[in-house]
Amino acid sequence: MSTVAAYADRFMRSQLADARTVGMVGVVLGVLAFWLAIPPFTTRSFVWPVLVGALAVGAGIWAVSRGVGKLGWGAVAAGVVGICLAVLAIHSSKGNLEQVFSASLIASMLVFATPLTFAAIGGMFSERSGVVNVALEGMMLTGAFFGIYGADKTGSWFLGILIAMLAGGLMALVHAFFAVQLRADQIVGGMAINFLALGITGYFFFQLYHGANIPPNIPRIPNMSIPWVKDQGFIGPAIGDLNLLIWVAIALVPISYIVMFKTPIGLRIRACGEHPRAADTVGINVYAVRYASVVTSGMLAAAGGAFLSVGFVGTFNENMTAGRGFIALAALIFGNWRPFGAFGAALLFGFSTALAFRLPVYSDSAATLFQALPYVLTLIAVAGVIGRTIPPAAVGRPYKKQ
Amino acid sequence: MTEPVAPGSAPEPAAPPETVAARLAFFQQAGGLIVPLITAVLAFLIAGVIVAATGHNPITAYWDIAKGAGLNWFGHLSTDTGTTSAYNFTQTLLGTTTLILTGLAVAFAFRCGLFNIGGQGQYLVGLIVANWVGVTMVHLTRPAHVLIGVALATLAGAIWAGIAGFLKATVGAHEVITTIMLNWIATYIGAYAFGQGGPLQGSQPSAPISGTVVPSARIPYFWGDATLGGLHVGFFAALVALVIFWAVLNRTTLGYEVRAVGFNPDAAAYGGISVRKNYIRAMAISGAFAGLAGGMDMLGQFAPIGFGTLDVYGSSIGFLGIAVALLGRNTAVGTGLAALLFGGLLYGTTHGLSSNVIDPQLTGNLTSIIQGLVVLFVGADVLILYIWNARRKLARRVAPSP
Repeated sequence: MSTVAAYADRFMRSQLADARTVGMVGVVLGVLAFWLAIPPFTTRSFVWPVLVGALAVGAGIWAVSRGVGKLGWGAVAAGVVGICLAVLAIHSSKGNLEQVFSASLIASMLVFATPLTFAAIGGMFSERSGVVNVALEGMMLTGAFFGIYGADKTGSWFLGILIAMLAGGLMALVHAFFAVQLRADQIVGGMAINFLALGITGYFFFQLYHGANIPPNIPRIPNMSIPWVKDQGFIGPAIGDLNLLIWVAIALVPISYIVMFKTPIGLRIRACGEHPRAADTVGINVYAVRYASVVTSGMLAAAGGAFLSVGFVGTFNENMTAGRGFIALAALIFGNWRPFGAFGAALLFGFSTALAFRLPVYSDSAATLFQALPYVLTLIAVAGVIGRTIPPAAVGRPYKKQ
Repeated sequence: MTEPVAPGSAPEPAAPPETVAARLAFFQQAGGLIVPLITAVLAFLIAGVIVAATGHNPITAYWDIAKGAGLNWFGHLSTDTGTTSAYNFTQTLLGTTTLILTGLAVAFAFRCGLFNIGGQGQYLVGLIVANWVGVTMVHLTRPAHVLIGVALATLAGAIWAGIAGFLKATVGAHEVITTIMLNWIATYIGAYAFGQGGPLQGSQPSAPISGTVVPSARIPYFWGDATLGGLHVGFFAALVALVIFWAVLNRTTLGYEVRAVGFNPDAAAYGGISVRKNYIRAMAISGAFAGLAGGMDMLGQFAPIGFGTLDVYGSSIGFLGIAVALLGRNTAVGTGLAALLFGGLLYGTTHGLSSNVIDPQLTGNLTSIIQGLVVLFVGADVLILYIWNARRKLARRVAPSP
């Protein structure tokens, strides 16, 4: 009797697993349907995208009928959207397509994803320790300004980044003091840090540079030109000549994964975020861990901000982070509070930003409207994924020692 | 300034309640008018330190800001807006009008336990819709045209905020992230609509400024004249909104449910109140206040001059509503008083300043700093409670023991 039940159970599980795989394949096919219509394939006939898209829809329906609802409908949606986008792409001229979807799109995706990666991984440290960090935006902005200021005054981009991280760390210290020590509401306090950073960077921007006169010859973070790779056809323009800090951001992903999930330090941080009372009982200093985690998050977010100013743009504007801290926060949630997930989400948002800067070849007057694309995508992503992510259990709750 | 408080040393009457709204209600009983006063004074003091540290005289700077806000009008009362002080004072009250409404937009959501950062976006969609009505529906006559414009703007704000409320209620997406994203989306929609080639751009093809509102849609002025600008009757509408806010919250079933959800969503649900419905409802009502603010600004303040793309990016009056609501303790009277303070600060720091005292662009950022400090201290109820308890302890020591 029990063996029969076990067999039935196993059979059901394998069925479900198969339906899952089919659903996944459906999503991939949906993406492929669109991919066929853009470079490097650039098919000009409707047959292939429609066929592949229809396959995706079919796989989706099959998965839905086998009880994998969400993924199945996702595959159906991917198929339909893939066909629509492919039809749009086939209708537009080949020249425009090649202008938008060139190899350098990957390079600019990485450029836009880098500040998000820094801030999201910083946010992971803070939130895994149990402190909500909506102040990432302000910490990034602080880093962006003080990075420029430091690079200008010391004549070295490296010292500029260090000064940026110091300033971001100080900003985070204020957040930690109010969130950990005073047990203030962490979201209200975080918004306060954002306003404060906006005011302070703006104030000093006018005090020190009169709002405009940042010298044009600020030492910039150099690019890493990889000798052999940069001459290769497609990969060369994509990753052959990237900024140094982009590689640092990519390296940060596995490093932070190891620190957070494979070392005692990470275990302590996660313990404070899941059950601070239990962590306290076994002798972990919850306050110290939370302070350190929040300051780390501020320093990383500031490094992301410094990349924006010292690495990418080479100057500073008021409020130049423009909500990127919040997109990073969304990437963190989207990535389920894990480094690789956050990095994947950062790439997605980076891609949409990069795309938004290239879409104006289709419509000049709507150029401004395309700029809203990353924000719309973030909104959809946060709304769509939220039920399936699990935040740290004690995030946002102040801890009081007994 | 913020002397470190040993946690737990302050004798607290009870354990701090869990939700934001409950905490606010909790120390509303503890503080009354004194707590916001301490908060504001502290914020102004610290901002003054920053002014002094950068080589300006904070006392003359603050005096200059007060004069810029038209405070010296009280020295020689006159209804003639030809005098600078009276004109400045009308502008302060104009800012107060908007801030009362954007403040209420934050306060109402707060009473339901929601942190509505999206006042800026809701204000902007109100502005855009009101401009569309005010410029295009030229066949309407005066009272109808104004009322339709204001009503549609209010509706637009309600819908915009309702999106965030809906996402919170259905999938649990955090309202801070969704409203921030909606802010940026509204910003880019506005920049597109009023910008070069946009659907609402004015008659000058080279200027990225909206069309001017036709006279039949303009809100009449009662102090000052329509060409110079002055105070329109929308001021009274804002005062009425304060009364409505108080009445709805404290004298209706809807308000009772909203407050119950704000105090403790689980208990409210147990008592048969639909938490989801109230999230959507509270956000929509919040957005209606902000949308009304945008509509009245467009049909009153900006009617003769139009609203430009640069203003869309530079406007921050929706964000100031956060500080107004928090400083006003999310009550009607408090929000009104805090709006007056920030209205004066907003106009006094950006206009009518003699630049030999302090650069207006510096003081513009000073508003952000003060705003940040206010929000920071309001969030830290333990700090305020500590100060409050210290005062009481002092009083107890002075009083003769029984």
